[in-house]
Amino acid sequence: MIRIFESAGRPFVAFVEEFGRILLLLISATAWLFRPPFRFRVVLKQMEFVGVKSITVVLITGAFTGMVLALQTYHGFRMFGGEGLVGSTLTLAITRELGPVFTALMVTGRAGSAMAAEIGTMKVTEQIDALYTMSVSPVQFLIMPRIVAGILMLPVLTVISDFIGIVGGYFVGVKLLNINSGIFMARIVEIVDLDDIFNGLIKSACFGLILALVGCYKGFYTTGGAEGVGKATTQSVVYASVAILISDYFLTSVMFR
Amino acid sequence: MIKLVKVSKSFKGQKVLDNLDLIVEPEKINIIIGRSGSGKSVLLKHIIGLIRPDSGQIFVDGIDITKINEKTFNEMRKKFGMLFQEAALFDSMTVGENVAFPIKEHRHLSQKKVDEIVNEKLIQVGLTNVAHKMPSELSGGMKKRVGLARAIALDPEIILFDEPTTGLDPIMCSAINNLIVQTQEHTKATCIVISHDIESTFKIAHKVAMLYHGKIIEEGIPGEVKVSGNPVVRQFIEGRQIEQSPKQK
Ligand SMILES: Nc1ncnc2c1ncn2[C@@H]1O[C@H](COP(=O)(O)OP(=O)(O)OP(=O)(O)O)[C@@H](O)[C@H]1O
Ligand SMILES: [Mg+2]
Repeated sequence: MIRIFESAGRPFVAFVEEFGRILLLLISATAWLFRPPFRFRVVLKQMEFVGVKSITVVLITGAFTGMVLALQTYHGFRMFGGEGLVGSTLTLAITRELGPVFTALMVTGRAGSAMAAEIGTMKVTEQIDALYTMSVSPVQFLIMPRIVAGILMLPVLTVISDFIGIVGGYFVGVKLLNINSGIFMARIVEIVDLDDIFNGLIKSACFGLILALVGCYKGFYTTGGAEGVGKATTQSVVYASVAILISDYFLTSVMFR
Repeated sequence: MIKLVKVSKSFKGQKVLDNLDLIVEPEKINIIIGRSGSGKSVLLKHIIGLIRPDSGQIFVDGIDITKINEKTFNEMRKKFGMLFQEAALFDSMTVGENVAFPIKEHRHLSQKKVDEIVNEKLIQVGLTNVAHKMPSELSGGMKKRVGLARAIALDPEIILFDEPTTGLDPIMCSAINNLIVQTQEHTKATCIVISHDIESTFKIAHKVAMLYHGKIIEEGIPGEVKVSGNPVVRQFIEGRQIEQSPKQK
């Protein structure tokens, strides 16, 4: 009987343990943020890596998300003559949900995985130990800059994604499906609040924190050579994606009531 | 002053260090010998706190480093320089940036001055025209020498070398041995060197210690160790197969 509880409880205990370690890492990274030396250049470099280098993929996913939304909503709304609402509906969907979430998922695949791989490789080749021997905290030098970059750059990328998504939706709706351009825009202005956009951006900052933290955590606790690095990389993408979607639900339920 | 008292360490039930005692001669070259897998690297990592012992004490300048927290340790490690067995160069930085890294972290010098020191250290380890290369473009022996240059970049008080000459050609070997001797004489650093090169060990060491089955089984000045009566030591320095000792668990 105890055996059953034991084996059922073990994954739960492991989860709690892992969650605790992630939290500790976050706390220590936050503490290092306020302790000199302030590593502006390293942070800038990470912001470039997370932000600038993700723009292409964010533009493509953002545009097509908007375009396909226009198509889908158009067919629905046409049944009761509500084509004019296509613009506002897709804008709400994009700014509240799809912009932040898709951007975060794409950046997780691109940058979060790279963080896990890079830090993991440094771990198994003793480069992290070498940092310790030189009295440099790896949490401050490697992890804090990545987390800061994630939190700062995800909202920026999301703004880009939101904008290009609406442009894509406009293109499909107005140019291809012949919705009246004036009505399309007027409904957007009428129905969409600045709050919708703003809340979406707060969400995306949270997602940025999650994907960077999980990527760094997985890398930092890598063991077992090249195979371990591979495992850490895949796990970081899976864990971060799941965590992003779960936290999205809770953030949404708090924000949009 | 570095002193290890009854240090034990196991990995998953495998005992690597077993109540090990060792006194390191300050401001001297201390060489640790022992067979591959006997725990030499593990011992070295204990001294700089990368691995914490299961039990026992490790004193560095009178402070028991097994009791201090990570922050105090961070200060403590500024006295140290370490060459890793696999060099552990930062592969996202060039060779020059690698050697410059500890200098830039801990000294406030102009870029010009930093470059000067980097160049000087690289020349000391026999490397020219590599500062702009990435570590992945270097041979194993070259990486090791860059690691060496990085370890001595700040002229630390205590330098740990994990097999500085393994994988180098004979000419480079003696050049590196000379470099260790010169650096030590010049900076009066305490050097702890792990070496497989018996001949040069006896030439440059002030103290030799042999690690076997988790303990130091022989230590002393080279002259003493050379004529050691311990059969295991004899066999090791003569390069013969060590038979399994009867007391082994
Ligand atoms: N992090 C670790 N986890 C588990 N076991 C380890 C770890 N580090 C070392 N060991 C084990 O400790 C033993 C000693 O390893 P160590 O690297 O110190 O050997 P060494 O004397 O330096 O050998 P070599 O001369 O080949 O470098 C080995 O059996 C190794 O398997
Ligand atoms: Mg070793």
